[in-house]
Amino acid sequence: MSRIQVQKPGIFTTIQDVGRPNYQRFGMPVGGAMDWHAAALANHRVGNVASAACLEFTYTGPTLFFENEVSFAITGADMHPVLNGEPIERNRACQVRKGDVLGFGRLIEGCRGYLAFAGGIQVPNVLGSKSTYLSAKLGGLEGRRLKAGDILSIGSSDHKLIQFTEPEPYVYQRQEIRVMAGPEASAFKTHALSHFLNTAYKILPESDRMAYRLSGETLELKRAQSMISSGTSLGTIQVPADGQPIVLMADRQTTGGYPRIANVIAADIPLLAQKKAGDLIHFREVRLAEAQELLNELKRGLHDLSE
Amino acid sequence: MPLGDSAFIIQVGDSISEENHSNVMGLKRMIEASGQRGIIEVVPAYCDLVVHYDPSVIQYVELLQLLKSCEAGMEFNHQPDGEIVEIPVRYGGEMAMDLEELAIEKGMSPQEICEIHSGQQYRVYMIGFMPGFAYLGGLDQRLHAERLKTPRIRIPAGSVGIAGSQTGIYPLDSPGGWRIIGRTPVRLFDPVFGEPFLLKAGDIIKFRAISGAEFTEIQRAGDE
Repeated sequence: MSRIQVQKPGIFTTIQDVGRPNYQRFGMPVGGAMDWHAAALANHRVGNVASAACLEFTYTGPTLFFENEVSFAITGADMHPVLNGEPIERNRACQVRKGDVLGFGRLIEGCRGYLAFAGGIQVPNVLGSKSTYLSAKLGGLEGRRLKAGDILSIGSSDHKLIQFTEPEPYVYQRQEIRVMAGPEASAFKTHALSHFLNTAYKILPESDRMAYRLSGETLELKRAQSMISSGTSLGTIQVPADGQPIVLMADRQTTGGYPRIANVIAADIPLLAQKKAGDLIHFREVRLAEAQELLNELKRGLHDLSE
Repeated sequence: MPLGDSAFIIQVGDSISEENHSNVMGLKRMIEASGQRGIIEVVPAYCDLVVHYDPSVIQYVELLQLLKSCEAGMEFNHQPDGEIVEIPVRYGGEMAMDLEELAIEKGMSPQEICEIHSGQQYRVYMIGFMPGFAYLGGLDQRLHAERLKTPRIRIPAGSVGIAGSQTGIYPLDSPGGWRIIGRTPVRLFDPVFGEPFLLKAGDIIKFRAISGAEFTEIQRAGDE
């Protein structure tokens, strides 16, 4: 068991794992790491199972003081990590000694970083997960974001560290986000569908772990209709009456009452999760078979690493 | 119909009704009973259900096959198997922020409103919006009421409210525009101790009017 002191928490740092996928029928959001791929990769680098709890930090990283030896890996956004003031590489395991301090600098690329520790962060499971869900103040560390003075307890690990020569490149600059047509796509005017797929949408500052609010060409329905509430899934794109799309992310509500024009494919959720307010995205439509193949490929990539 | 690459929707009807609800729940049971690997969860709504699955374990076409056999084997309009859940409510007092005003609007006494509201049974059609929030069917037409023009910043957990033709209970402190007519001391969502969720889709709710003293007593018992 090792301990880590949080000297500075960063703007928005929470404990996340793969979330709670089995309570949606009770209205419980799934939650978990926004960039599930980066979180799984970080865990893999330190020999953890993919579902181990790690830190997710947005826009700025935390400053951590290590009270014991431990190894960690940083993935996701590049925020210029430094160990005792010296720059270190991301996407690979790094061993620290008692008294070492990990910090971060300026945000260079992406917006969400992940920090996994060998042995995983130890907090109680709530509904089968360690993920922080702020709206219900549950999971993680007392259901809240980290603050200065917090202590993180890390489980023990006898796993050998895996050293990699080539870190996984994940290109965050790509603007294209692939989608599948949603259940209500045909309720939209033809030109609305054309705008949706052929013009850029900007991510608004009101975006958070629950949803990304977008701004761009207005998406009109053929005729106004009031929809009966129905289910949502990760990446569902809803269009409320103002015609501006909303993409449902990790902490999404399980049901919604707005027409669903499209759904971001699971393989592109990690990329979208690295987009920040002001970034532009373009949607491109793919079919189910292609979407699933892309997802399976991404998962196979993580799996192959483990062998 | 796919809802992204890891979920799909099965449409059972296009209106809110006891019959559609019963068919949704019947199909949900059949799919769950199949024990099919790769199905993560079946989430019922008013007239459709969403099946979440892992496409690296099961193919969409295989799921469609399974669904066909479930539909074929399903008895429509069978007896729903929800439980009856009694929920004590303190109507009136300072917890019922909108009761007086609603009574005036409806030309009734607050007492009459409580009697109508607690004199009925309500089916839980679905849970959504927030953890443990039940969408109920069956509100008496005489109690249908517009939402507040300006939603409140914080409605305390347990508040019982009316919005349009719906009635419901807030499981968590939350902002909201429902007209609040009472509060229950019972916890609808308790993730750490005991049963995390009091209600599930298919249950039947009966509200029972209680006094302020009883409210305190039940609340104290719940805290212990």
